Amino acid sequence: MLFVCLSLLAGCSDTWNNPYPADDQRANVVYSAFSERPKHLDPARSYSSNEAEFTGQIYEPPLQYHFLKRPYELIPLTAIAVPKPRYLDAAGRPLPDDAPTAAIARSVYEIRIRPGIRYQPHPAFARDAAGRYRYHALRVEDTADKRQIGDFEHTGTRELVAADYVYQIKRLASPRVASPIFGLMSEHIVGLKELGEAMEKASKAHPDRPLDPNTFGFAGAEVVDRYTYRIRVKGKYPQFIYWLAMPFFAPIPWEAEVFYAQPGMADRNLTLDWQPVGTGPFYLAENDPNRRMVLKKNPYFHGETYPADGDAADRAAGLLADAGKPLPLIDGAVFSLEKETIPYWNKFLQGYYDSSGISSDSFDQAVQFSAGGDPQLTASMRDKNIHLVTTVQTSIWYVGFNMLDPIIGGLAPEKQKLRQAISIALDYEEFISIFLNGRGIPAQGPIPPGIFGYVDGEKGINPYVYRMRDGKPVRRSIEDAKRLLAEAGYPNGRNARTGEPLVLYFDTMASGPDAKSRLDWIKKQLDRISVQLVVRGTDYNRFQDKIRKGNAQLFEWGWNADYPDPENFFFLLYGPNKKVGRGGENAANYDNPEFDRLFERMKDMENGPARQAVIDQMLDIVRRDAPWIFAYYPKSFGLRHDWVKNVKPNLMANNTLKYRRVDPAQRAQARLAWNRPVLWPIGLGAVGLLAIIAPAFIAWRRHERKAA
Amino acid sequence: MFAYLVRRILYAIPILIGVNLLTFVLFFVVNTPDDMARLQLGVKHVTPEAIARWKVEHGYDKPLLLNRAAEGGAQFTDTIFFRHSAAMFAFEFGKGDDGRDIGNEIRTRMGPSLAIALPVFLIGLAVNISFALLMVFFRSSYLDLGGVVGCVVLMSISGLFYIIAGQYFIAKLWNLLPISGFGDGLDAWKFVVLPVLVGVVSGIGSGARWYRTIFLEEIGKDYVRTARAKGLGEGRVLFRHVLKNGLIPILTGAVVVLPLLFMGSLITESFFGIPGLGSYTIDAIQAQDFAVVRAMVFLGAVLYIVGLILTDLSYAWADPRVRLQ
Repeated sequence: MLFVCLSLLAGCSDTWNNPYPADDQRANVVYSAFSERPKHLDPARSYSSNEAEFTGQIYEPPLQYHFLKRPYELIPLTAIAVPKPRYLDAAGRPLPDDAPTAAIARSVYEIRIRPGIRYQPHPAFARDAAGRYRYHALRVEDTADKRQIGDFEHTGTRELVAADYVYQIKRLASPRVASPIFGLMSEHIVGLKELGEAMEKASKAHPDRPLDPNTFGFAGAEVVDRYTYRIRVKGKYPQFIYWLAMPFFAPIPWEAEVFYAQPGMADRNLTLDWQPVGTGPFYLAENDPNRRMVLKKNPYFHGETYPADGDAADRAAGLLADAGKPLPLIDGAVFSLEKETIPYWNKFLQGYYDSSGISSDSFDQAVQFSAGGDPQLTASMRDKNIHLVTTVQTSIWYVGFNMLDPIIGGLAPEKQKLRQAISIALDYEEFISIFLNGRGIPAQGPIPPGIFGYVDGEKGINPYVYRMRDGKPVRRSIEDAKRLLAEAGYPNGRNARTGEPLVLYFDTMASGPDAKSRLDWIKKQLDRISVQLVVRGTDYNRFQDKIRKGNAQLFEWGWNADYPDPENFFFLLYGPNKKVGRGGENAANYDNPEFDRLFERMKDMENGPARQAVIDQMLDIVRRDAPWIFAYYPKSFGLRHDWVKNVKPNLMANNTLKYRRVDPAQRAQARLAWNRPVLWPIGLGAVGLLAIIAPAFIAWRRHERKAA
Repeated sequence: MFAYLVRRILYAIPILIGVNLLTFVLFFVVNTPDDMARLQLGVKHVTPEAIARWKVEHGYDKPLLLNRAAEGGAQFTDTIFFRHSAAMFAFEFGKGDDGRDIGNEIRTRMGPSLAIALPVFLIGLAVNISFALLMVFFRSSYLDLGGVVGCVVLMSISGLFYIIAGQYFIAKLWNLLPISGFGDGLDAWKFVVLPVLVGVVSGIGSGARWYRTIFLEEIGKDYVRTARAKGLGEGRVLFRHVLKNGLIPILTGAVVVLPLLFMGSLITESFFGIPGLGSYTIDAIQAQDFAVVRAMVFLGAVLYIVGLILTDLSYAWADPRVRLQ
């Protein structure tokens, strides 16, 4: 059977192990993979990075991040310009831009979109000769043979209008959509909470009827004219502008909801949550989250061009070679489901994926460190002309102290010293080297590089944990930590009053052999200052529960930026955002009135020296109080083949596929060279099989003859 | 026979209710509806209101097993257990937490699971029986000893090793087959060969040894001695008589797993990127998607009961002495 199969393969193509159809050899598409199937593709619901990989290419919010510029800069996408808020007082009177925050009752964002933008081809827009929608009054039997959107014979399009954006904002309040940002946005957008209550009431009263957002009044967003809409925000919330670059605020055409609400559609997974309808550069041509997702170029995509304004480094890296060219530069992308890292990695090395991350298993195969500590590719990678792409993520990992805990928490000086001592003892330089293969940089505060407020060099170090030596930050000594511990009332790790040893509890969700070595390492670090650490492993649910109720003492946690603003990190330490009692994101339950006052000032300020000065004060407070052990900012290492161009990590944007360019001819050539079938094992296998069967057959014949 | 079948089907109903109840209790002992909501909504910006909304939308806003606030029969019917379980007896599985129709997913994923499991089962059966008969033919010889040792070695190796080694040598080093993936219709064949090969080879050790034991037990029986005394060759004795009489214990093991082939293989599907029911179940467990877990456990129980009934029927077919009453 194996021989028949291999013969068939030989007839199919030059490369037998090619997982794609032979006709696609020279297709101008990107080949990639996803390890976790997306759960939601409705832009109002989707909030995971693996989902944004698709929604980011299909849906277009009014704003986007510049592909090349750093620090991250917002630019218009469908909007004509980045809107500047107008401020109003409680009586609705206009206020100047520099009006005090307390005087501002409303911020009004007026967004004008470009005319002429059209949606992707979709049956929801298809009309007959008389102008009636072809597929808006379907019966169950009409959809019986429809499994995919492509099964509908006719498609249509229509122009994007401002009302589609307002429609989507209203959808955020729908109980049937269950948007994860509804709670947050209802605190900021005028009337959204009330709209949610009204929709919930209507949904309960008529659970079988569609819930049309257009039938509900809403003060928070309104259509000004065909291409202009207005959003009203409570008070001053400068960070709102960043939300306008997320798919939550992308337009949804009402026709799509009407189309998908028809009988029989949901039973075949034909829903807006699975079959997106957008104006972006790509549309989802094949949606099989169990196997592969295929994006194709939207034939109606508006004329966006590759950016021409990058810096000298971008030019040197060839990132401006396509400046001014119409986007997208590829015809589509094929994403295959690849749950395990080994097949993913091997297929990347065979040239069947254009880019790859580097798992721990493959790290040594791909990367080595130079004498100076710089990562570089191994010879086998260089032979294949593979390129290494590294970037420090806009994320932080930290160990939180529960500030409500009687032993470890509180703002008293001795408690600060206890936490500072522990912060010194946990040597994250060693951790990064042992457990992360160097993929991280020790954190000096809550703000990672790339976010306004981060300061590099001597000014940016945490003086309570580090000191400068030869122009480099060096972790303070264990003796320093012991001294602080003694000053905190625990000389030699024992309570000065009772003589009891200091025992701390560390809650973690981590389990398995890898986690054990990591947890053992943490224990050993604290052993150095004679502090005993008890690890309490737990599952995800129980861990969350402990944090919510404030039952943890020390715990590890992380945060990934929603948007490039320091507010998105400092709010994790803002008192009113405490987890216990408030349900906020401040898991350490840190509550320092001085810090809170500065936070309230900082969050409404424009980036500039004045804001930096406030941030510096805030950093000094949190470094002194040490509610977190600032562990590390993770560094991502990725690989790409030489035929993939225009790759620049952009941690804020998720719509960068349109800038990507590939050289299909180079790829086809490499695949052919790297995947020539090796035939001798087949011959050897056949000989081996024969060597087993032949003596057995001879012996059987001899036995039969003897018996006869 | 008909009365027997009806009786067995009626017996199945309380078993299925019990399985359902047990799954429900086990699941909700470790996961509250709030936990499920948090996992689905993500870790960022999750408010108590959002959790409450999620629970209402997914029908988890009721008491688990007993609704004291309701009256009469509604105390039992207006509960999470009843609302999520009753429809399953009509094979209405509802929707997963991701909004996708579970029935549709099961129908779609059954094919890929069968594409791997059925050939592994059939080819594996043929290979294992042949190998076992060969060892029995050369029993008490060095070939038999070598075969048994080989089987023990094959059994001792982890299933994961076969997968990784198969992918490494056949797909990566020798470039003979794709490492992973799946295709539409007949295009799927090239993705099926490697997992089937790995599945068959990894099963030879335990399968062949088990069948060898069965055949060795048969070969010492009187009818075999009679057959030999009649002057039949060893080959005819083995293939005509021993194999036929050894079918009953083989059927016990084989027929009962036949319906379960639909459920797929958890690890194989995951490593080879096969979009089958095995990987569906694993994903659901990881995502704490109770609707899918419950549906898959229910389906597994139904198929297991069907397998047991089929085994009984096959007994009657294979052994005329067995009568089903």
